[in-house]
Amino acid sequence: MDNIFIIYSLLILFLPLAAFVIQIFFGKKLPREGDWVSVGAISITLILAISMFVMMLLEYNPDFRHEASFTWLDMGAFSIDLGFLVDNITVIMLLVVALISTCTHIFSIKYLAGDIRYSRYFAYLGLFTFSMNGIVLANNLISMYMFWELVGVSSYLLIGHWFEKDSAADASKKAFLTNRVGDIGFFIGIMLLYTAVGSFTFTDIFNGVANGMIAGTALTFAGIGLFLGAMGKSSQFPLHIWLPDAMEGPTPVSALMHAATMVAAGVYLSVRIFPILTPDALLVVAYVGGFTALFAATIAVTQNDIKKVLAYSTVSQLGYMILAVGTGVYTAAFFHLLTHAMFKANLFYGSGSVIHSMHHALHEKHDHETDPQDMRNMGGFKDRMPITYWSMLLSTFAISGVPLFSGFLSKDAILAGSLSFAQHHPEHFLLPVFGFGAAAITAFYMFRMMFLTFHGKPEMPELIEDIHESPKEMAGPLVLLGTLSIFIWYTLPYLNPLSSHGWFTHLVVPIDSVVPGNPSAHSIEEGAHHAHGLAMYISIGVATLGIGLSVLMYLKKVLSAETWRNRAGFMYDWSLNKYYFDENYDKYLYQPTLRLAKKIAWIDWELYDKYFINGFGRVTSWASRVTGKFDYNIIDQIMVDGFGRIVDNLGGTLKKVQTGRLQNYLLYVTAGIIILMIIQSF
Amino acid sequence: MYELNTYLFVAAILFSLGVFGVMTRRNGIAVLMGVELILNAANINFVAFSRFGGMNLEGHIFALFVIVLAAAEAAVALAIVINIYNNFNSINVDEASALKE
Repeated sequence: MDNIFIIYSLLILFLPLAAFVIQIFFGKKLPREGDWVSVGAISITLILAISMFVMMLLEYNPDFRHEASFTWLDMGAFSIDLGFLVDNITVIMLLVVALISTCTHIFSIKYLAGDIRYSRYFAYLGLFTFSMNGIVLANNLISMYMFWELVGVSSYLLIGHWFEKDSAADASKKAFLTNRVGDIGFFIGIMLLYTAVGSFTFTDIFNGVANGMIAGTALTFAGIGLFLGAMGKSSQFPLHIWLPDAMEGPTPVSALMHAATMVAAGVYLSVRIFPILTPDALLVVAYVGGFTALFAATIAVTQNDIKKVLAYSTVSQLGYMILAVGTGVYTAAFFHLLTHAMFKANLFYGSGSVIHSMHHALHEKHDHETDPQDMRNMGGFKDRMPITYWSMLLSTFAISGVPLFSGFLSKDAILAGSLSFAQHHPEHFLLPVFGFGAAAITAFYMFRMMFLTFHGKPEMPELIEDIHESPKEMAGPLVLLGTLSIFIWYTLPYLNPLSSHGWFTHLVVPIDSVVPGNPSAHSIEEGAHHAHGLAMYISIGVATLGIGLSVLMYLKKVLSAETWRNRAGFMYDWSLNKYYFDENYDKYLYQPTLRLAKKIAWIDWELYDKYFINGFGRVTSWASRVTGKFDYNIIDQIMVDGFGRIVDNLGGTLKKVQTGRLQNYLLYVTAGIIILMIIQSF
Repeated sequence: MYELNTYLFVAAILFSLGVFGVMTRRNGIAVLMGVELILNAANINFVAFSRFGGMNLEGHIFALFVIVLAAAEAAVALAIVINIYNNFNSINVDEASALKE
């Protein structure tokens, strides 16, 4: 424990937990409901994470790695070790979590001011940060699984923060249950690996797989099982349905959990387990990710709720990351996770800022009917909220893949990976098509969102006077994260805006897959490098196409959105209604399950209960009556009472001997002695 | 003619008389006198065995202890008899049968 990284990690892990405990028990009694406890704890975490990050940069060593573990459970031949793994990926991820979490805490001070459960909200934020750090630090699957579930719980608590609203309560349940589906797969995967390898730690599992202790179909299933967990958390198709609903939670929560960190846990897991995924499993991963990227983007195009647009865009971007893992460029997935966390959190804060000010403006007008999140009610906010506008614009450029911004670099790396994959396996040409298609649509709908919200004429002119820039607690994170959308932070010490070459690519170096049959990390990199130029041109092309279309349609109004909507016909309806996924799940999954449950309940109640349980009861009751009679008549009356009567009689007879006369007793003694002597003389 | 048997014979008669006295007399004092007879029968046995059985002086010493004990016993027993008289207004041992109650 003399390792400074391990000590820092311990502090980073447990400080938010301490804040959670203090807040949940004493929060209400503290001044300002104790928000300073949470903000203080998380700020210390951020400082520690930054210093760890700086120390890592000073070492500048791709093989930087510290591990510490202890035996958690020891049962002779069977023992479970838990521990920390601190390497470059961990440190970067810790910094992301700490940074976004700190911003969220600060942002929430004003966003949730006056909320009835203000202190509890901060407590749950602490619990969430603790769990997320636990996932990041785990060096084994079992403690990762525990923190994984803790993240699920805290997300349930935070989505349902305003549980008085039915929609929020339903959304929190939906998020939790959908995640459970994936977690079952995760658990099966863990157990498959454990039975084969006999250990939960990544190192042992990688070695075990490399030594062929588990291979072929079993390994494919284990990998897909683990990936199912990632699908649940990262809301990949078909488990994506919970994330858009999770927007019912407070907007800072959406920024923290449903954009930057919690949903990144799935990608993080996929990045960690990449070396044991078989070619078959990787193909599944790639198709799920690619399809999700395109599919979610097509939904985002038609959404009118500003947060729903961002939610589907998150699903789509997560699909990108998963696609990158599937095509082998998993460090690009992690790179996109990093850049996406920054710009997507910022976009959510921006939307939070807009909603906040809409809400206040509507409140001034005593209008409680208008939806403050609907973009059709906005427009022309640009001059009223300059900080929000400009920082959101930076992030929008980043997510659309415009050169000079962070998203361009990471997206480009992913697209190059999928393009190279398709060049090597022409039968999988769909993967880059998914990727580039999603990139074009992303650029389109993100600018649609920006134009609808900030440009043009105000849709509700009477409101515009009351729209104000948000307070500095909310503007601060916006400015910070907006700045972090610029490419320069990710390519230092180099300043080439077209290449992701920099500290990140130096420190996070892909390692070879341990599964035989997978291409080596070097050959994947080589392929991606060759595809890089082509991917860059296409991606700039599609981004320009998307942005251009958006400008023509929503800024210049040259193309009528109405006409295009009518032209699209049923496709518009499908997209607006999210391809009727909720309805179809309800019709084909939930309702049949409910009917089945009712049938089983009928069997249980009408047959099992009535005949088996009650029958058993009746037999027992009859048997006990018989035994009761036996007990009373035979045992009680004859044996117990009989003994009593015998003793009573005997005593009555024998007491006559006790005359109380001393001489009688002496006579008995003498007679006794004489009798004894007579007996003895024989 | 003075053999061990003679002494034992006398002692046995004395013992039987004592027991008879204890068992049949109703007067508490007489019962005590019977007890004294029993003790003295034992004394005779001790001394006789001491004389003929080769036990040297040990028997004599026992006899002396018994005499001392008898004196003490008589003192205690007479005190009991006085108490019986105080309680029952009689020294008839038959009437002191409250123990069976």
